[in-house]
This record gives sequence, C-alpha cells and structure tokens, in this order.
Amino acid sequence: MLPIGHYLFLGLALFIIGAIGVVTRRNVIVILMSIELILNAVNINLVAFSRLYGDVAGQVFALFIIADAAAEAAVGLGIIIAFFRNRETVLEDEMDLLKW
Amino acid sequence: MLDQVIFYFFAAIAVVSAVLTVTRRNAVHSAIFLITALLATAGIFLQLRAEFLFIVQIILYVGGIMVLFVFVIMLVNLDVAVRQMQFARQKWVALLISLALAAQVGLMLWSSRNMPGQGVPVLSAVPADKLPPNSEEVAKSLFSSYLLPFEIASVLLLVAMIGAVVMAKKRT
Repeated sequence: MLPIGHYLFLGLALFIIGAIGVVTRRNVIVILMSIELILNAVNINLVAFSRLYGDVAGQVFALFIIADAAAEAAVGLGIIIAFFRNRETVLEDEMDLLKW
Repeated sequence: MLDQVIFYFFAAIAVVSAVLTVTRRNAVHSAIFLITALLATAGIFLQLRAEFLFIVQIILYVGGIMVLFVFVIMLVNLDVAVRQMQFARQKWVALLISLALAAQVGLMLWSSRNMPGQGVPVLSAVPADKLPPNSEEVAKSLFSSYLLPFEIASVLLLVAMIGAVVMAKKRT
C-alpha cells in the first residue's frame, strides 16, 4: 500500500468537491449526489486506515455508512418527489416556506 | 510500483468525474459522472484489499442508489430545470469552506513535520499476501463486536423504507 497521505488527500479532494457542490448547486437532486460524494470520501479514509492498522473495524464502519447513504437517498428522493408534486420545481432556493 | 499506477489511475478518474458531477448542467450527465466516480472509488477499495467493500460498493451504490437517482430524474420534469440558472450565488461560501478544509490539512502536515517518521505518519502495513481472507474477517467483526450497530442499521433501513413510501405516496 502507498503512504497513508495519498489516500487522505484523495479523500480530502473528493470531500471538498462534494462540499462545493452542496453549497453552489441549485438542483436538489445534484445536491443529494454531492452528499453521496462526501460520504464516499469518508469511506476512502476509513478503509485506508483499516488497511494501515490491519483492523477490519474501519471496513465495518464503511459498510454502515453505505447503509446510511442508501437510507438517506431513499428518503431524500421521496421528499423530492413529494415536493415536486406540490411546487413543480426542484430548485432549492424556491423551497422558502420557512424563510422570513 | 503496480500499486502506485493503479492508485493514481483510479484517483485521477475519481477526482475528474467528481468535478464533472458538480459542474454539469444536465442532472443526467451528473448522475453518469457520479457513477464513474463511485466505480473508481471501488477500484481504490480493491487496491486497499477490501474485496467485500469493493463488491458492496458496485452492487449497492452503482446498482441500487444510482438507479434510484436516475428514476427520480426521469420522474421529475427536467426540461424546465435545465434552462434555468444552475448555480446559486454562493461562490464565496464555497471558497471559504474549501480553504478552511485545506488549511486544516496543511496545519496537520505542518505540525507533524517534527514527529518521528516526518510529515504524514507512515506505518508499515501488513503485506498483501499475509492478509486474512477479507469477507470472513468483516463477517466475524460485524456479527460479534458490532452486532448491535448492525441491528440498528437494519431498523434504520426499515424506517427509511416506510418513510420513502409514505413520502412518495399520492395523497387522495
């Protein structure tokens, strides 16, 4: 395996790209995709450390994160469909019912 | 040497397609580039000898979650959305976030330069041919030490399933 820093920097790069996507995009579906990118970046770090220390606990936690991502995608997309049915839009700055 | 080539290959694919995911106007293109990024991440997992996660990543992420995304993109009327402005005016917030994260890592590298092993800590990992079989180890750990989190995760999936059905159901 390569030095751990390589994997940490890859994880950092993917995390930053995902964070930029969450902040700058308007389409809610693309924002959810950026969240998936962020979760993936965390998984890379977990698996790299699991390999470094020879302990599978990191991979088990990566599995839990994947299960979380599946649950989050299902609920999030359900909310998007319900919202689209009511307001005919998927842009996040038109979701301003709670804004004053 | 081969390890390095494989790592840089998959890492380059992952980063480039992640950038394309957040910059494409069309959500379908974003989805396809996200699939590429997730597959490249699966390659990184394989290079780290996490075979079980490699398979789970492909089957669950690419085969499950992304199909869900593409279905929703099809259900939601996109022709209107593509023509509208795609980026919110939050470029400064994005710049701030990325600078803060990069500064954290820079600080970490800078403060660890005098540690033994200089710069990023390097431990010697177990050589690849001495590793125990991956799936068996994951299963042992999952069903002994992490049994309670495993059960909680299954309850979470049940809740998410019911929640998604209730959310997407048409109210009459």
